Amino acid sequence: MAPEPLNAVKSRGADLTRALRDAVLTGLLAFVLFLPLIGFQTVTNMRGDLVLNTRWGLLFSIVAVIAGARLAYAVLLAPWLSQRKLRPVAVAPSPWRDFAGKWIIPFAIGFAIVYPFVVVGTVGFGGAVKWIDNFGIQVLIYVMLGWGLNIVVGLAGLLDLGYVAFYAVGAYSYALLAKEFGLSFWILLPLAGILSSFWGILLGFPVLRLRGDYLAIVTLAFGEIIRLVLINWVDLTNGYAGLSGIPRPTFFGIPFNANDDGFAARFGLEFTPVYRTIFLYYLILALAFLTAFVTVRLRRLPVGRAWEALREDEIACRSLGINTTNTKLTAFATGAMFAGFAGSFFAARQGFISPDSFTFLESASIVAIVVLGGMGSQVGVAVAALAMVGGTELMRDLDFLKAIFGPTFDPTQYRMLLFGFAMVLIMVWRPRGLISTREPTVYLKERKTISADLVGQGHG
Amino acid sequence: MANAGDILLRVEHLTMRFGGLVAVDDLSFEARQGNITALIGPNGAGKTTVFNCITGFYKPTEGRLGLRHGGPGVWEVLETLTDSGRRSMRHADGALYLLERMPDFLVTQQARVARTFQNIRLFPGMTVLENLMVAQHNRLMLASGYTLLGVFGVPSYAAAERAAIEQARVWIERVGLTARADDPAGDLPYGAQRRLEIARAMCTDPVLLCLDEPAAGLNPRESAELNELLLTIRNDYGMSILLIEHDMSVVMEISDHVIVLDYGVKIADGKPDEVRNDDKVIAAYLGVADDEVAEVEAEVGL
Repeated sequence: MAPEPLNAVKSRGADLTRALRDAVLTGLLAFVLFLPLIGFQTVTNMRGDLVLNTRWGLLFSIVAVIAGARLAYAVLLAPWLSQRKLRPVAVAPSPWRDFAGKWIIPFAIGFAIVYPFVVVGTVGFGGAVKWIDNFGIQVLIYVMLGWGLNIVVGLAGLLDLGYVAFYAVGAYSYALLAKEFGLSFWILLPLAGILSSFWGILLGFPVLRLRGDYLAIVTLAFGEIIRLVLINWVDLTNGYAGLSGIPRPTFFGIPFNANDDGFAARFGLEFTPVYRTIFLYYLILALAFLTAFVTVRLRRLPVGRAWEALREDEIACRSLGINTTNTKLTAFATGAMFAGFAGSFFAARQGFISPDSFTFLESASIVAIVVLGGMGSQVGVAVAALAMVGGTELMRDLDFLKAIFGPTFDPTQYRMLLFGFAMVLIMVWRPRGLISTREPTVYLKERKTISADLVGQGHG
Repeated sequence: MANAGDILLRVEHLTMRFGGLVAVDDLSFEARQGNITALIGPNGAGKTTVFNCITGFYKPTEGRLGLRHGGPGVWEVLETLTDSGRRSMRHADGALYLLERMPDFLVTQQARVARTFQNIRLFPGMTVLENLMVAQHNRLMLASGYTLLGVFGVPSYAAAERAAIEQARVWIERVGLTARADDPAGDLPYGAQRRLEIARAMCTDPVLLCLDEPAAGLNPRESAELNELLLTIRNDYGMSILLIEHDMSVVMEISDHVIVLDYGVKIADGKPDEVRNDDKVIAAYLGVADDEVAEVEAEVGL
């Protein structure tokens, strides 16, 4: 290696001095900040007196960790980051990326199709219900909800914070109609979708003039109204207690039970509840695929282009003769319809629903999935749903942390904290979501991906 | 001189008040079939307000805005239509529309008036081609059976889409953007964005094209290209153009007719040469009273 020029050595020395000074200052700041917070502790002793304890060891170890981290950042991380910035920005797409881009979707679809068999093969019938139901079905419900909301938020650019209301409409439609009239799941599924999109249009009308924050607030309120109606209209919905004994879907008329005319007996199999779970898994998988397929189709139709144009510039849309009122309503109705499908599936799968399942937190997580995945991106939304829902399910099993923090440590309490931290990291790393680029719907010569900087985020 | 039959757009007693401010005061003018009519005036004269009234973005306080489709005979039903309270009326020769009664999107969809904006309003995250496809929304919507047929991919829709792409391709070529057809519109240079916006307006298949300062921010070469484009649109398509412009080289070279506004009032109306030498116009542009014009002219060497 060639000897370094003198000024480079000099500047490195200066850098080190600066880094050290920086670390000492940070340490001092941390000391001042944490002295009252961590250094002193007030404890009530046996006689009920308040006693001041000092925790110097803990305080200094925290200060040392902070100063050390700052030093490590200045010496190691900062030069690496600035080096990285100097690299040419436009990197030619590597063959690996091309390959991944082409095969990741077929692979994911294939994996989703064989997943139940993989699970049954690895953990057997005993543990399969947990992995297929709690993990697979749960993730797919949110994938479907994310794709449905993606039409409203990602394509049309209308921020809907009350999406769970349509999910609730779908679930209660199925539950009530199936219980009262004994209609089959296959009739009620489209009916629930229609009823939900009807409510979507009903919500759409008053909020058409609103944009941005105002739209978000009104949709949020709508979600709450639906939930409160479900709680208070006890005659119809049984209030907080919810509806139980909702008929389960049958395999085209064959019930999943241990009787002689049940699924297992008819097909000469030994009865196990896993068959129903697998059937439900494929049902939600088919519904999710339907959502994706319709969305992909709609994007290439004039109505889909009008949604995206609406997100980009509403006034320009009107100047081109597009009826923005109808366009927004179709976006609301289409999004709501898929939520209705998902809702009726949810009711059929659970067999029990109550207003607790349709709180604002649900709406917020679906919006988070869409935003995290990248507005308008189907793959991004699916990955985000897998990470958010699947991730939180996986984090229920954090028992290995007990080995680090001692047996009194309760990992479940830290699940949401870790989760929030991961979300902050992703938002710092990719502020426009995992996949923020946009694929054009039509092209003359070649399909070029559009960078996120140019794509609008909508005004509400 | 053209007779009344040539009239395409008839603006009568147009008044627009915003609270106490009278932006446009009792303005009447006509735009003729196949002509480029320029609307000029100093800043704040109310030109864009007139445009917003014609294209339905504002509802005028008073006035009548008649637009004809088809032959000149349709003007016969103007009074009948006005009294009927309806938006439009069919006639053996064509149809007549009252623009002040229509919401903005219907002005484009039914009356077929297209417009561009002073500050360019493209869909920046969509490609050049997609921008022109959105402009053909209503035709494609019909072809896709209001989406229902389109979802199932019926062949008639596929044919309609191919035709729409073909029309877009022709316009992309005409405005010289073939090499960038698949690039996002937001990535184009300013002059190209202006041209694309005009192409997009033309893709709505209008009878009247309203351009709000199409030459703003263009350099002299781009400005000359724009002149050429507008003349092509007029000559090859027989398109009638209504134009707001500050760039006098554009106005004087290509307009057939010029209307000058000042403080919302029409102060001159005629051929470019007549308007150029009008004392009132010079006074409005130089900002002096009428009787001082000669003095100022002498000073600036006119």
